Amino acid sequence: MAAMTSSGTAQVTLPTDEQILITREFDAPRHLVYEAYTTPELVKRWWSGHRGEMTVAEIDLRVGGAWRYVMVAEGGFEVAFHGEYREIVPNERIVMTEVFEGIPGVPGGEALNTVTFTEADGRTTLTVLVQHTRKEDRDSHINSGMEAGLQEAMDLLEQVALSLA
Amino acid sequence: MARAATTTDAFNAVAEPRRREILDVLAGGERPVNDLVGLLGLAQPQVSKHLRVLREVGAVDVREEGRQRLYRLNGQALKPIHDWVRGYERSWSERFDRLDVVLEEIKQKEQGDGGDDK
Repeated sequence: MAAMTSSGTAQVTLPTDEQILITREFDAPRHLVYEAYTTPELVKRWWSGHRGEMTVAEIDLRVGGAWRYVMVAEGGFEVAFHGEYREIVPNERIVMTEVFEGIPGVPGGEALNTVTFTEADGRTTLTVLVQHTRKEDRDSHINSGMEAGLQEAMDLLEQVALSLA
Repeated sequence: MARAATTTDAFNAVAEPRRREILDVLAGGERPVNDLVGLLGLAQPQVSKHLRVLREVGAVDVREEGRQRLYRLNGQALKPIHDWVRGYERSWSERFDRLDVVLEEIKQKEQGDGGDDK
């Protein structure tokens, strides 16, 4: 059964040339949002969105600890990210690096992500601030998301078309 | 997404921090150049130069009123940027929609722990 707790779409803004800020409210207290964000079995269930299945979610949740996520996208190719935890305040804040394991030999740049969990009236506002060092990296980061979005739109369109046939 | 390399597209026009400041000010309403000079603390030639770039991509419009030239924001010209970010936003929205489902489940589990767990 689907939970009817969606609080609308994620808000994405670009505060500076090197940043992306993602904000979303959830109908749950922040310790649970934090749990869903930091527990491998739970991360595996949501992180890939509709883009594929997650095969790896490694989380060594301590300062200096590593994380790595791998998903298999439609079509069978792997998309992987990894990084290191820099700061951890349980239920409040996580600062971590993020590297997209894109094309070997091509530096995609390392981003610094600051994730914050703020609770009010039993609801939690989650913010993810992605700080790149170069505008080009920030831009290609957004482009990759957009291409995935377009791909999904095409897949959906195909399904609809097939159902009409 | 393919982007032109010149300043003739909206992306490059807003890549300059000062030009974004000008757009922020104009988002609050129409302004003459002198206001922008005062608010941004820039020399008039610099402000004029930025306004020229913004006008070239259609991000601002200008009209004459008496001896003044009034500049205003034209949001439509910035739509490509808006659209560009929307695709990225969508993938996060889908991700978070799934997180909603996970949260609902662990929320119920937590409530259940205190009482009669199924």
